[in-house]
Amino acid sequence: MGYPHPPHPKETVVLSQYFGDPEARTYEGWVKRGGYQALEQALAMDPARVIEVVKESGLRGRGGAGFPTGLKWSFMPKEKKRPHYLCCNADESEPGTFKDREIMRWTPHGLIEACAIAQHAIQAEVAYIYIRGEFTEPYRILAQALQEAYRRGVLGPNAMGSGRRLDIYLHRGAGAYICGEETALMNSIEGRRGNPRIRPPFPAASGLFGMPTTINNVETLAAVPHIIKRGAAWYKSLSLSSPKSTGTKLFSVCGQIRRPGNYELTMGFPLKELLYDLCGGPRPGRTLKACIPGGSSVPILDREEAESCLLDYEGCVAKGTMLGSGGVIVFDDSADMVYQIMRLARFYAHESCAQCTQCREGTAWTVRILQRILAGEGDFKDLDLLLDLAEQMTGKTICVLSDSCAAPVVSGIKKFRGEFEAYIKNGRPARAPARA
Amino acid sequence: MNQTYQPVFTGERKRELDEILKRYPTKRAALLPALWMVQRAHGWISDRAMAEVAEVLELTPAYVKGVVTFYTMYHQHPVGQHFIQVCTTTPCNLCGAERVVEAFLRHTGCGELGATSPDGKYTVIEVECLGACGFATPVLIGDDFIEGVTPEQVPELLRKYA
Amino acid sequence: MAETELVNLTIEGLPVSVPKGTLLIEAAKQAGVMIPHYCYHPGLPVAGVCRMCLVEIEKAPKLQIACATQVAEGMVVHVLSEKARSARQGVLEFLLINHPLDCPICDQAGECELQDFVFQEGRARTRYTPTYPKRFNPVEDFGGDILYVPNRCILCTRCVRFMDEVAQHPVLNVSERGDRAYIGIHPEQRLDHPWAGNVVDLCPVGSLLSKDFLHKARAWELDKTASICTGCSQGCNVNLDTRGDVVVRIRPRPNLEVNRYFMCDHGREQYRRMNRGDRIEAPLIERGSELAAVTWDHALAEAARVLKGATGEAVALVSPHASTEALFLLRRLLQRFSLTAAVRVERVPGEAPLPGVPGLALRSERAPNVMGATLLGYREAFEEAVEALPGAAVAVVLEDGLDGVPAQALAGVGHLIYLGTRLPEAARAARVVLPTTNVAEEDGTFVSRDRRIQRYFQAKPAPGMARPAWWVLGELLAALGQGGPFLSASEVFDWLSREEAVFGGLSYDRLGTQGVVLPEGRPAGVGA
Repeated sequence: MGYPHPPHPKETVVLSQYFGDPEARTYEGWVKRGGYQALEQALAMDPARVIEVVKESGLRGRGGAGFPTGLKWSFMPKEKKRPHYLCCNADESEPGTFKDREIMRWTPHGLIEACAIAQHAIQAEVAYIYIRGEFTEPYRILAQALQEAYRRGVLGPNAMGSGRRLDIYLHRGAGAYICGEETALMNSIEGRRGNPRIRPPFPAASGLFGMPTTINNVETLAAVPHIIKRGAAWYKSLSLSSPKSTGTKLFSVCGQIRRPGNYELTMGFPLKELLYDLCGGPRPGRTLKACIPGGSSVPILDREEAESCLLDYEGCVAKGTMLGSGGVIVFDDSADMVYQIMRLARFYAHESCAQCTQCREGTAWTVRILQRILAGEGDFKDLDLLLDLAEQMTGKTICVLSDSCAAPVVSGIKKFRGEFEAYIKNGRPARAPARA
Repeated sequence: MNQTYQPVFTGERKRELDEILKRYPTKRAALLPALWMVQRAHGWISDRAMAEVAEVLELTPAYVKGVVTFYTMYHQHPVGQHFIQVCTTTPCNLCGAERVVEAFLRHTGCGELGATSPDGKYTVIEVECLGACGFATPVLIGDDFIEGVTPEQVPELLRKYA
Repeated sequence: MAETELVNLTIEGLPVSVPKGTLLIEAAKQAGVMIPHYCYHPGLPVAGVCRMCLVEIEKAPKLQIACATQVAEGMVVHVLSEKARSARQGVLEFLLINHPLDCPICDQAGECELQDFVFQEGRARTRYTPTYPKRFNPVEDFGGDILYVPNRCILCTRCVRFMDEVAQHPVLNVSERGDRAYIGIHPEQRLDHPWAGNVVDLCPVGSLLSKDFLHKARAWELDKTASICTGCSQGCNVNLDTRGDVVVRIRPRPNLEVNRYFMCDHGREQYRRMNRGDRIEAPLIERGSELAAVTWDHALAEAARVLKGATGEAVALVSPHASTEALFLLRRLLQRFSLTAAVRVERVPGEAPLPGVPGLALRSERAPNVMGATLLGYREAFEEAVEALPGAAVAVVLEDGLDGVPAQALAGVGHLIYLGTRLPEAARAARVVLPTTNVAEEDGTFVSRDRRIQRYFQAKPAPGMARPAWWVLGELLAALGQGGPFLSASEVFDWLSREEAVFGGLSYDRLGTQGVVLPEGRPAGVGA
């Protein structure tokens, strides 16, 4: 449901069923709503079987990359010789994305249950939920739910009476977007700078503390109890377009739109319907100019592309963009695309970890060029330079932060070149286009 | 530097840290939580405090400083009593976040970003994406996360943080 | 043991076979292809951050970094392809946008990898608009001998990794993020670890500088000569960097068996000894109560006469800084005497290990050839030697400073022959003083504490009339009809290898530039 809005009939409410329902936050409330049944069910299953079910469901990572979850779990060593770890990525920091926050705020026990099931599947005694430092409220809520879960014996030395130990710890970040990158997150838990690591080794071989590790996004994990309870076939049947994209997905809609919020949709739902029917379309008197469908790191769609885009992994790729994290950023006709793209680039320049040359220097240089254009001092050659730098920043670094900086620049120049040229030709407008 | 340093990890706080250490297989892993404890106790993380953390966790002060400077939420300098972080990244920017920042700067008397108001009460900074883009403009005041702040609401809001 | 599995691949069209697990960047070296790089260093853990070594591997979707990619069977690698070149050019342009280009005043100019690769493959002109600001941070004194010039830094993190992983003393860090990042230190810590100086060598640009070497010389004026460190008995391989007849610095020379790529700061300071001005520049003979300068012929004839006329007891007091060759010849020279042969070793309590390289430390014996002297029968028996002086027919001192040797003990010697680089007050009692060269002025060998015999090479001319001790002793042996003369240290060594079993079968050619470990066992032959 589109918290803070009432559910829309076109939504498929699974993860968001209890958003806005404070009672669901407590252990009792959660149990009353059928909570922890899936965990009980899973603990009675062979771990390999749990992985099978998740594989069959077609669940793919909701953090951005869309990697099949069951397959990822199956990379973990079958025989446990060393400690295994689960990391839950709750570092939600991708501009435009605010879905994990609601999952943690309203259904903390759902996330604990999900982690516990995943821990069972990958044979990890310990899970760390890495939550971004700015999420003060979700942190408090989760911390309280964890206390309850320990008190009620859901976690601890004899989890759910299974005779096995399950521990979940919260680890609070401290302001670094890059810690959402899986290996940077592991470094951050280990008490290091949040630098992404070179791969191989991959986390399933050597992850957190050098041990076999699986890392999943909050939303990905949150889907697991539902899959266990209602079956892989049910989950797989939730698909409106590509059979490779199954289940529901939370779309965080924000920017210049009437009803921003989280909307839970079956995979393959048309972006146009989401924007116009569920979110009420652009603000009064405005028209849609552009839309970023998957968080700030993915290429921008113009209006025509956006209105014909289907919201699943394949549908977004077909439009030259990506489903990413499902953060839908809406720009209406009042938006200054040059300024907003500069603002995005500035975000990445601020967040670059400083390891790779192209990212460290390229993100900052990109910002300077864009700022010069905005100041009316740009040159037509600057646009080619921006594209060339973007090429140098794509596919050449340890992680994709510099690719993410390049993506909106490239798609922005391609699709809104006129706005860039206007700044270059006419100088800085006496009254700059509205930025709000 | 003329004030005597008050160690953070004594008594109750030492016991709290010992509890935290049980969650991890290494001492180093308790670094972020330990730094949060320092910031809670002192309001910021001084070089001296970094050295204390280093000693407690068997790291070196330089190592700790490298980590502190990576994470923007750790204050390397004293800040106002109320630390105000306003999100101005693209989604919020599109919804007028920069005017919210201006309102905070004006009504707190901070004047400029990062500066502390003359009365020592406020420091205002622009922050990158707070992860509540659908509730523009989110503002973090201390540990209080406030959604949907408009420029008009700022004076009223500040009265709660007098 | 199973043979190492070999992997065959093609690099720039050249076939190469390397052991499984080899990094592509090392395999390329073996194929004679140098892949440009900054953060990679064979003595450090891989970081993979500079992205300079991106290469094209057929069938891989993206360029890969050669420093973190292991070779695979059938791999076809392109280093000079358009895609790979373009990526390197991109990295170079990015590295230069914040670089001050102050090469004319930079110590690294001429041996700077940024300069080299930009010259080789960089763009002719930057596209970074000159009105954009460059990152600026003031020069910082890191303590010890090291200055940090942050503006030149390319954040390769070699220095940080060296201190973290090799010195295991993490006093450096990367501070801040993005293009604001720099190499940082905590105000309560200094970069004064005994091995810290390596960060200056490791720095591929002029960002970490030695205060001692600051603005002393330009890299292109320097000649490099292979040598062995004289700072202790470890036997680190070094290069002496000379300008004219001055050694301006000492830097490590890689030897994977000894010091890998490193040397300690104490070793670096040894160049001062090599440049001392207070040298004996002419042979001297006792004339009345004075020493008077004479020709070599005159001095050698006098020394030979003294030796010929003496019988009975003799004392040899030597320094462990003397070459193996000189130590050997001195034993031969005094063969027919009842000899007390002593070496005086300075010991400083405690060692300073480099934890990341097992077996490597600044040793407490602060001289390079303690083992050589021991193998040739010199005992660490200074007191005994002093006691033997009164009544000895002859005493020959080789480079020992005679500190603490009582004047009356020396006065009781029949004849004192002094070979050395400098003239201590006590040596004025000598009948003959023969000026010798120091390690930078001669060829020779030292035997390290681990029994590795290693060559050092002459790096600069000797002052005045000073001659290598092996030459001097060879001339005396010849005058006495006991052997010699010798035209080179190599000839002396050949004789040594014939006479002393432990050195058997060796020659300068066999020793090469990396040395040979001597077998265990006591030497036979002279004095045994």
